[in-house]
Amino acid sequence: MQVPAAFEYERAKTLEGALQSLREHGPAARVIAGGHSLLPMMKLRLANPDYLVDINDLAELSYIREEQGEIRIGAMVRHVELLRSDLLAERFPVFRDAEQVIADPTVRNRGTIGGSLCQADAAEDLSAVCTAVKARVVVRGGAGERVVAMDDFHVGPYMTAVGAGEMLTEIRLPPAAGAGSAHEKVERRAGDWAIAAASAALWVRDGVIADAGIALSAVGLTTVHVRRAEELLTGKAPADELFAEAGKLAAEDCSPTADGRGPVDYKRHLAGVLTQRALRRAAARASEQEV
Amino acid sequence: MTVNGEHVSHDVEPRMLLVHFLRETLDLTGTHWGCDTSNCGACTVLIDGDAVKSCTTLAVMCDGHEVRTVESLEVDGRLDPIQMGFHERHALQCGFCTPGMLMTARALLDENPDPTDHEIRVAISGNICRCTGYKNIVSAVRWAADHEAATTTEV
Repeated sequence: MQVPAAFEYERAKTLEGALQSLREHGPAARVIAGGHSLLPMMKLRLANPDYLVDINDLAELSYIREEQGEIRIGAMVRHVELLRSDLLAERFPVFRDAEQVIADPTVRNRGTIGGSLCQADAAEDLSAVCTAVKARVVVRGGAGERVVAMDDFHVGPYMTAVGAGEMLTEIRLPPAAGAGSAHEKVERRAGDWAIAAASAALWVRDGVIADAGIALSAVGLTTVHVRRAEELLTGKAPADELFAEAGKLAAEDCSPTADGRGPVDYKRHLAGVLTQRALRRAAARASEQEV
Repeated sequence: MTVNGEHVSHDVEPRMLLVHFLRETLDLTGTHWGCDTSNCGACTVLIDGDAVKSCTTLAVMCDGHEVRTVESLEVDGRLDPIQMGFHERHALQCGFCTPGMLMTARALLDENPDPTDHEIRVAISGNICRCTGYKNIVSAVRWAADHEAATTTEV
């Protein structure tokens, strides 16, 4: 029987109250939302918090809305809500793509976007999605809030920029005008972690790629942000040969390890192919947006 | 919390998982405790109507919420259409996954009374049947959907 080690538990009633508790209990405290990453880690003693602050009652962190030209997603939004959001599906369909293949529907009823990003697992899909769409995240603490880019948010495997006494509260997506986005994943069986996955976003203006975002899951110690491929694409017209070239760069720039899901060369090949496919679909969706 | 319509109140350690609270404290052993890692779905119960894996939920997190277990399906000797479907279509062999399958299927039909086979397969994709009886399980859920509609019409 796997049971977490003993800890104290508090149900937060307000965001301020949650932050207050996190400050009081310091690094030994953790936030629990869906708990579908944290509780398994605690059962295995990979995480040993002394104090859990349950934020499931914080309705104030449960929203997907448009504000000042950006879509803002509260940290407590669950996978199932991301999957069903028509606003997200219209602006950044990469979320719906990913949510169809993240774990299974039962797990998606509980897991949250904030928890997924804070888990900072390299194989997790939403981290790649948020990196590709150039999301910024809001980290709130005693000294107010700061807005952090995804590259600065994930500082290492299972490590984020969220310090003691702080909390991730919101995810902000940039304007979606001219944007197309897609997520491609290959897994061994339904609901499994990726063997490899690729997220891509293209912002197309006047037939030219004005900006591009590409990120990979499960082929490195952290989410792999493929900057070289983004630079290659920017300023050019979307084309299949170009996407194939970007795929090659993605395969070169990732650093998979061999495990039960496959050898290194297979995963590299997969990363390249999935990048190319995601770009192709992102471009097709961008052209629909232009019309 | 409310369990199967009844208010229950107990002092529990924060680390007690919902599945153990149901099985050991309340003696509701219909909910099975399987993989312990939220993979197999045998421990699936409904929390406020949503299918949730109770091995990965703390009992204290359900304070103030409504929990439904497999024991709630049969009412006054009358089986839930999902249970009847499993009986009619021989959708269980060893029975270990069955409570989780039944509750997941119940949540599906509550939300989508007329699912396609594909929708049923997606819905139960977090429930593993080690006797590989998926074909019959899908058929049983389909049976329940058809007969639930019939029952509703009768009423």
